[in-house]
Amino acid sequence: MQGETALNATALALDPPQAARAAEAGPKTAPKMATRGVKLWYGAKQALFGIDLDIKANEATALIGPSGCGKSTYLRCLNRMNDVIEGCRIEGEITLDGEDVYDRRIDVVQLRARVGMVFQKPNPFPKSIYDNVAYGPRIHGLARGKAEMDEIVEQSLKGAGLWKEVADRLHAPGTGLSGGQQQRLCIARAIAVSPEVILMDEPCSALDPIATAHVEELIDELRHDFTIVIVTHNMQQAARVSQRTAFFHLGKLIEVGETDQVFTNPRERMTQEYITGRFG
Amino acid sequence: MSLVLIVLVLAGIAYYLGHRRSLRIAGGRIADLHSLPGHYAWYAALLAAGPALALIVLWSIVSPLVLRWATIGRLPADAQALSGPRLDFLMQDVARIAQGLPARGDVTPGLAQAGAFYGSLGTASTLLLWLLVLVLAVGGIYLALRWIAPDLRARNHVERVVRYLLLAAAVISILTTAGIVFSVLFESLRFFNRVPVTDFLFGLHWSPQTALRADQVGSSGSFGAIPLFVGTLLISTIAMLVAGPIGLLSAMYLAEYASPGFRNVAKPLMEILAGIPTVVYGFFAALTVAPFLRDAGQAIGLDVASESALAAGGVMGIMIIPFVSSLSDDALTAVPAAMRDASLGLGATRAETIRQVIVPAALPGIIAGFLLAVSRAIGETMIVVMAAGLTANLTVNPLAAVTTVTVQIVTLLVGDQEFDSAKTLAAFALGLMLFVTTLILNVVALYVMRKYREKYD
Repeated sequence: MQGETALNATALALDPPQAARAAEAGPKTAPKMATRGVKLWYGAKQALFGIDLDIKANEATALIGPSGCGKSTYLRCLNRMNDVIEGCRIEGEITLDGEDVYDRRIDVVQLRARVGMVFQKPNPFPKSIYDNVAYGPRIHGLARGKAEMDEIVEQSLKGAGLWKEVADRLHAPGTGLSGGQQQRLCIARAIAVSPEVILMDEPCSALDPIATAHVEELIDELRHDFTIVIVTHNMQQAARVSQRTAFFHLGKLIEVGETDQVFTNPRERMTQEYITGRFG
Repeated sequence: MSLVLIVLVLAGIAYYLGHRRSLRIAGGRIADLHSLPGHYAWYAALLAAGPALALIVLWSIVSPLVLRWATIGRLPADAQALSGPRLDFLMQDVARIAQGLPARGDVTPGLAQAGAFYGSLGTASTLLLWLLVLVLAVGGIYLALRWIAPDLRARNHVERVVRYLLLAAAVISILTTAGIVFSVLFESLRFFNRVPVTDFLFGLHWSPQTALRADQVGSSGSFGAIPLFVGTLLISTIAMLVAGPIGLLSAMYLAEYASPGFRNVAKPLMEILAGIPTVVYGFFAALTVAPFLRDAGQAIGLDVASESALAAGGVMGIMIIPFVSSLSDDALTAVPAAMRDASLGLGATRAETIRQVIVPAALPGIIAGFLLAVSRAIGETMIVVMAAGLTANLTVNPLAAVTTVTVQIVTLLVGDQEFDSAKTLAAFALGLMLFVTTLILNVVALYVMRKYREKYD
């Protein structure tokens, strides 16, 4: 089992982007985000080995793969959250609407306003529910006056499907909500700054099944207004919420395609083995 | 002393014998024993040394009292009638005669007799102690060796003794604190018998000179503590105005911006500031900073006293920077990385993240650090003794000379003093006030810290 995996890895290491490129040959619409030959090092250790991937607008793209395969690292490249990590070095090209996000002229602060992020563990600020959602709009000066801010907060909470549950206690601390509510609060906080892309790093891994179902429904609604990239360990979740799925292994992109196709008829044997639970 | 050494040697022997005995009864199969051979060895050693040492301690407390009581009964009748301190003096002479040293007072035949009695009784007492201790120690070894058996729970016994030893260590520090508090409290009560509490707490004039003779020119002394507390508060405020911003801002830099390399060098360096002896800060303040401030003040036409509150407070502020910066830094780095990620992920800059997320989340820890620094500033003595003045001015002008509670305590007690005048007793009252103030600050700091802990556990 172990040996077989290693063999497959070596075989694929010969030319990993080939499979990925083949998958891109579909109807030609300009992708929302695109990455070409993205390589990343943490100090001396290389974590990504040339990732070529297009992320299409108004779709949910799921990134799957075993732990340590680089899918979270890749996700954090898309809004440059890796910048804060000491000794992290990136090569390659990442574009948002054709603009290179690592270009000197791009302000990382504005980039992150356009490419928002929801984290693995719900991380509301130790502030009130209202202030949690209003945090981003205040920083970016999106509201003129209290009425407009109230409107943004209400719309964001409605967008995250949390409004009905918290409308009567907007000034209670956000940390007092349940885990699932906290995660939806974090989603509300992310959509309050009206980003174009929302990155989700295993958003349901700390939630119970019912809260997970809530968030999954939400993701499906959100993709009509936003472009979504979601990292998940849960194969069923990837199949349920995403339109496209990309399979990562050992820092390489093994296969990408329509979710139905990847799950029912994968091109690569490794993908087949991973989604059927033979390793990972 | 030599007896204690002998007991310890016997305990060593007991350790060795206990070890060997446990191995012998196990017949090489240590697993059959309830405890490890080491435990049996310690069991034997404790049984040998414990009762013997306890007897030595008890004897050294009780036997002098018994000796004294017995000897006083042998003194001439006129000597027995002496008052406390005079009798003490006489008894010291009796002890000197017993040791063959020349007495300091006149040696009457009665006194010489008492001295001889004291000496012989002392020798007998020591002999008896030696005998009892040796019997206890050897008997302890004998019993230990007899009791050692495979099912003896030596480990449990040894660990219980260890637990009591730990408890004793903890109790000693608590009892010492209580002792200090009560001695200060009782002396303060004596002071308040002479000077009304209200005069002390609300008086605006501090001049602790009391007349020694009835005809002496001079006041009856006035003990209004307000000027001292105002002076203390003024200097502490200046110190916090220096230490607060510098400490907090440097903590922010170290926690959020500095590279790990810089941080690893800078943080210990800053903590060295706390290790400089305060007397060094004191002469730095008195000889370098104060003259500089006076000259600088003259240059722009300000009248700065050569012992200004500003100089003492400023240098004290430098001294307590590490308290603020180190504790604030700990509080800032304890804020979960998830908070930082969340804020940065929303497009906030580093500065916005620190101001709006990290500092509010770390605020309880930062406040606790500030309060500890304040109580340190209030209690600080050496810097103000050297660099602040002695005159009790009731002023909040930082350029004037003021005095502090701690400075006055030092001046009240330095030199030859009688310990029953209002002047010296005032030092205890001031000490009590100071103690209560810092205690309240510490309790508040602890309370805030605890609330803070609940937040991130």
